[in-house]
Amino acid sequence: MSELHDAPLLEVSGLRKRFGDNVVLDGTSLSVKRGSLVTVLGRSGSGKSVFLKCLGGVITPDDGAIRFDGREQRADDRAARADFRRRSSFLFQGNALFDSLTALENVALPLEQTTDMKDREIRERSLEALSQLELEKHRDHYPSQLSGGMQKRLALARAIVTRPELVLFDEPTAGLDPLRRNAVFAMIAAYQRQFHFTALVVTHDVPEALAASDHVALLDNGRMCFEGTPQDFAASDNSVVRGFRDSASVLAETLAAIRRGEAASSDES
Amino acid sequence: MVRATGKHTLGMVRELGDFALFTLRSFGDAPKSRRLGRRIVRSFFEQGVRCLPVVMIVGLFTGLVLGLQGYHVLNKFGSEGLLGTLVSLSLVREMGPVLAALMLVGQAGSALAAEIGIQRNSEQIAALEMMGVSSHGYLVAPRLIAALIVFPMQAAIFVAVGLWGGSLSGSLLLGLEPGVYWSAVERAVQSEDVRECFLKAATFGLLTTGLCAYYGFNADRSHTVTGARAVSAATTHAVVLSSIVVLAADYVITSFLVRI
Repeated sequence: MSELHDAPLLEVSGLRKRFGDNVVLDGTSLSVKRGSLVTVLGRSGSGKSVFLKCLGGVITPDDGAIRFDGREQRADDRAARADFRRRSSFLFQGNALFDSLTALENVALPLEQTTDMKDREIRERSLEALSQLELEKHRDHYPSQLSGGMQKRLALARAIVTRPELVLFDEPTAGLDPLRRNAVFAMIAAYQRQFHFTALVVTHDVPEALAASDHVALLDNGRMCFEGTPQDFAASDNSVVRGFRDSASVLAETLAAIRRGEAASSDES
Repeated sequence: MVRATGKHTLGMVRELGDFALFTLRSFGDAPKSRRLGRRIVRSFFEQGVRCLPVVMIVGLFTGLVLGLQGYHVLNKFGSEGLLGTLVSLSLVREMGPVLAALMLVGQAGSALAAEIGIQRNSEQIAALEMMGVSSHGYLVAPRLIAALIVFPMQAAIFVAVGLWGGSLSGSLLLGLEPGVYWSAVERAVQSEDVRECFLKAATFGLLTTGLCAYYGFNADRSHTVTGARAVSAATTHAVVLSSIVVLAADYVITSFLVRI
């Protein structure tokens, strides 16, 4: 039983994807344990979103294997894909909320379309999800009437209303200020523990990811160049990890060098 | 030159096949989509109720012009009594289904292409697929089913208002006896004409709604433009092509159904 529990919920091996001559994923592999919060870090344009969309089936990979709960996800295996979609959710970078539906209708949509639940049950479950994310007062508002943070919470409410085992988060903090970034990561970590789902997050926000995650991976040149705990990441000698982790101090050094150069040239003149 | 023509032709054939598969898949996925009835009613409202004023206005002016022109032409031959025949057959066989369809393409079709295009751009369609919901069944099927009912209905309304417009010009303005006008209408229009009108309208509805949905759905396929411009290009393309398809399909159906 414990062996079964310890088995990874999601296993990715040798994933490859190219767009024309541009190789985005070049044999990417990752293992995600059940109940954990795993973050995939990487620079902008490193293929993090493509990696996540391959897992979600939005993009078909050229090669490689994806196993969900031990079952291989092949493009031609509709039953496996349907099982994956029933047990997982995807939180898009731009939230992908239906702008012509109210908050309540947005949350109810996956239940309406993928379950045999009665209207009353759907309404109750949707209101419960909205209430858990403190959005019950905004149930009749349209997404455009909500703030950015509320939209993010609404997207999360829609993602968890079906009680998924796995939630994939695509850059959930993109474009947010540091305070909101912290709030979003805190929200993900809190709800991940509250609802016991496995979370896979792709982001380039290092401090927040290290604070919230159980496991961290770093995607570079289409491959995972690092995998380990946040502590391992903080202590790693890997040059790519160092470059990523120490980007703030590198910037400080660069700026200091520029200032020194400016001071020297003004002295000469 | 030959290579370019061949490439263009192959592209058109591929797109035609793709469009046919898209439409078939939409109908095929309709039973999988839950609470389909509600969305058909909503599409019925969008295509039917919202477009009713423009269909009625264009129908009225078409009838008025037909009555005016027809009266003066027939008057030269002393046959004003046939004005009802001319107006009714023109409207029922051709102008009703064609002009109503063109109005619906301009209003509901363009809105449909833009709406689905924006849903594609903002990843709403990808979100549906990720939830395990067929986007064809959820977004396209209700519109296609509603179009099969709404287009014939709008054509019938267009014809009715147009006939009234013809009577306004012929009888009220030019002095033709109303009884003469309406009895000519009654004698001229046969059940086959009404069937032809509805067949054409339903075909136009299926083709134009399918095309507008198809171009909106594939707004992200453009290699030359992206984002809002891709949606705008897809909408323009959908409306222009739908208008051409209405006229081309009208010719094809008429050539099969033409009678002396």
